[in-house]
Amino acid sequence: MEIRFHGVDNEITKRLAYEPVYHARPQRKVLVLGSGGLTIGQAGEFDYSGAQALKALREEGIRTVLINPNIATVQTSKGFADFTYFLPITKEYVTDVIKKERPTGILCTFGGQTALNCAIDLYKDGIFEQYDVQVLGTPITTIMKTEDREIFNEEINAIGEKVAPSKAATTLAGAVEAAEELGYPVLVRAAYALGGLGSGFANNRSELEAIAQQALAHSNQVLVDKSLKGWKEVEYEVVRDAYDNCVTVCNMENVDPLGIHTGESVVVAPSQTLSDKEYNALRTCAIKVIRHLGIIGECNIQYALDPHSLTYFIIEVNARLSRSSALASKATGYPLAYAAAKLALGQKLPVIRNSVTGTTTACFEPSLDYCVVKIPRWDLGKFARVSTQIGSSMKSVGEVMGIGRCFEEALQKALRMVSDNADGFSPYTFNRPPTSEDLEKPTDKRMFALARGMYYGDFDVEAVHQLTAIDRWFLWRMHNIVDIYHRMEKETLRTLSRELLLEAKQAGFSDRQIAKKIGR
Amino acid sequence: MGPLSAAISTGLPKSVVGEIVFQTGMVGYVESLTDPSYAQQLLTLTYPLIGNYGVPSTEQLDEFGLPAFAESDRVWPAALIVEKMCAEGEQSHWQAVQSLSEWLRKADVPCLAGIDVRQLTKKIRETGTMKAKLIIESDEAKSFNFIDVNAQNLVDVVSKKEVSSYGKGDLKILAVDCGLKYNQIRCLARRGFTVKVVPWNHPIDQETDYDGLFISNGPGDPEICASLVERLANIVKRAEKPVFGICLGHQLLARAIGASTYKLKYGNRGHNQPCTHYATGRCFITSQNHGYAVDEKSLPDGWKALFTNENDGTNEGIVHEIQAFFQCPVPSGTHGWTD
Repeated sequence: MEIRFHGVDNEITKRLAYEPVYHARPQRKVLVLGSGGLTIGQAGEFDYSGAQALKALREEGIRTVLINPNIATVQTSKGFADFTYFLPITKEYVTDVIKKERPTGILCTFGGQTALNCAIDLYKDGIFEQYDVQVLGTPITTIMKTEDREIFNEEINAIGEKVAPSKAATTLAGAVEAAEELGYPVLVRAAYALGGLGSGFANNRSELEAIAQQALAHSNQVLVDKSLKGWKEVEYEVVRDAYDNCVTVCNMENVDPLGIHTGESVVVAPSQTLSDKEYNALRTCAIKVIRHLGIIGECNIQYALDPHSLTYFIIEVNARLSRSSALASKATGYPLAYAAAKLALGQKLPVIRNSVTGTTTACFEPSLDYCVVKIPRWDLGKFARVSTQIGSSMKSVGEVMGIGRCFEEALQKALRMVSDNADGFSPYTFNRPPTSEDLEKPTDKRMFALARGMYYGDFDVEAVHQLTAIDRWFLWRMHNIVDIYHRMEKETLRTLSRELLLEAKQAGFSDRQIAKKIGR
Repeated sequence: MGPLSAAISTGLPKSVVGEIVFQTGMVGYVESLTDPSYAQQLLTLTYPLIGNYGVPSTEQLDEFGLPAFAESDRVWPAALIVEKMCAEGEQSHWQAVQSLSEWLRKADVPCLAGIDVRQLTKKIRETGTMKAKLIIESDEAKSFNFIDVNAQNLVDVVSKKEVSSYGKGDLKILAVDCGLKYNQIRCLARRGFTVKVVPWNHPIDQETDYDGLFISNGPGDPEICASLVERLANIVKRAEKPVFGICLGHQLLARAIGASTYKLKYGNRGHNQPCTHYATGRCFITSQNHGYAVDEKSLPDGWKALFTNENDGTNEGIVHEIQAFFQCPVPSGTHGWTD
């Protein structure tokens, strides 16, 4: 090594200089792909991102064309896009619109997986080239890299990071071979699929064959992953501009450990049980990966973190606005979709203003002084023969978010919103004494089963942890709610102390919840 | 500021006086508490849930023989102020060997919990960093006088008294300990340097056996360390070897070249400070802890601002146009920045 003595200023400039590889041409008219109809596995979150993108384009004086067949969205309301086409998001229809409108650019990362898959099809057919439409933001080739398991693994390994041990197969025999190499249990899922469609855990060959057969019906590639059940699942939302400025806007931790789809999990932001080392190891890795892949705009990176060591694996990178980014936006107040649209136009992150303060830069990482809990909302009662068990594929139809100064408060607020008949983390919502199985095999009602089990003392923190692998810290917080319940029961309206009432309110107890508990 | 409403003490019940500051990081309380730059301060953490992952072993050593999970060998703030302290036994982490409350008790540092930290932070932002006292019920508030912690030489309090050496490399860095965080040693040693750490009042202008000079972070007002500034001025004048500094080290070097420093209203303490490089326009998120800043307008000829804080426009680094002196107040310790 040599220390250069002179010209350190030049040397620093040389080291920090970044030659952009992405150049957005000046845009006149931009086509935005919406997400299409609401389906299970893809809820209304992309309405928000598309609407934000339209707003950002309009601010720049660019004419906007939107394709979205879903009339029940905000983005298709009058005044959002200059032209709105209520047409399906398919290759044929989008090509027709491109022919007619002749946009100069297209945004395809704001409409979820449906829009992205459609854009990949159009790219493969050379439609963008044919009509001279620039794909704005993350290049399609990068998106394809993140979606093809084998290429993705190679890219990640090339920068010294690790993905969860996984193999891709295109045939049933190939899937069996992959599973045998990795060792059971394994997670099987279809590539390029919405909300983990057709996926599941297989403990042996016959289970594997059943799932793989189904997955192969959805996609021509199936992914076989080593099971990391019980590991922590953590996500980071990352923003990067064409000049390599890169920030992590928010991190989130799933309360339910790996094995339950993020869309089916209770999620908390920011992470609560990660140490500084863990938080920053994952943050550093996120930035490294996103720079290497060359994402322009917004993306999401998911990790599996061993609860007993510093080992982690990258599960996947979503090179688009996702369900999690909609949550992160609302949780932090950082307009991820709006910023991503501006970055796709080639703007610099430090130049974009933070719309919360109006004066400071968007090149910052929000420091929260509160906590956010997201809970999925299921409607499984509507379907006669559907299992209520939840797992690696998505069955929820929406989600609610609670904000509080502590986890208890945010959790109880969210639980009240998710169900009409829940008062919060209440022991009375689950209608029978819970069994071990109710906790071990998650269903849409597990949180309420847990509340009842803890309240009547059937399960203590340790027992619940053994059955669910939910981190003890979260369980202690739930235990605290139960404890406040028990303390309030001993009181009447007259004897209830100011301190206990304050404690209950701070833990998110509603007036009704308190009134029901204290004697007259 | 008037007294706060009822609160719970979870550390040691003890009255203390000092300077009250806030820090916005959402993780890293162990690292903050062992950061010498917080010496004699009442440290308020704006994230409301603290202690969740407990405290790891302070005895486990890393490859350089330094405590692997701490930034120095003790807890420095006069007190810790948090909204919600994780209850004893409810912390959860595979590396935790004790709770935060327990660790603070052993360290003889009081902790105040159960107050509205958001309200307190707003107050500090409005009025700026303040003299403060934390008085327990059984003590008489009047018998504790407010003190100006920056009037004393805090660097002398926190700086190690002996010379030590870390790492094995052909190139030698002379590191002046003004309140050095261990991570700075780790960062340099991992890059293949031998790091010789010397006390703040070591006659560094008489040292010749080194390839680069590094001035660490530290607490307090850079004006107090006049003798160190004088030594630095001698070294800079000779212009023989590269010099760089972090945090307080940056402010000291600025003073050594004749620039001036001033106290920030409430300081930059957190993990999310955006700093822009003047020539490339690239913006980096940095981790910081400093209460003073360099006045950019006072820079002599030949010097220019290297990094500028995007939030408040303060100077975050200076560089000599030709020679090898550069300095930034970042990165400060292990939080955040490892780029």
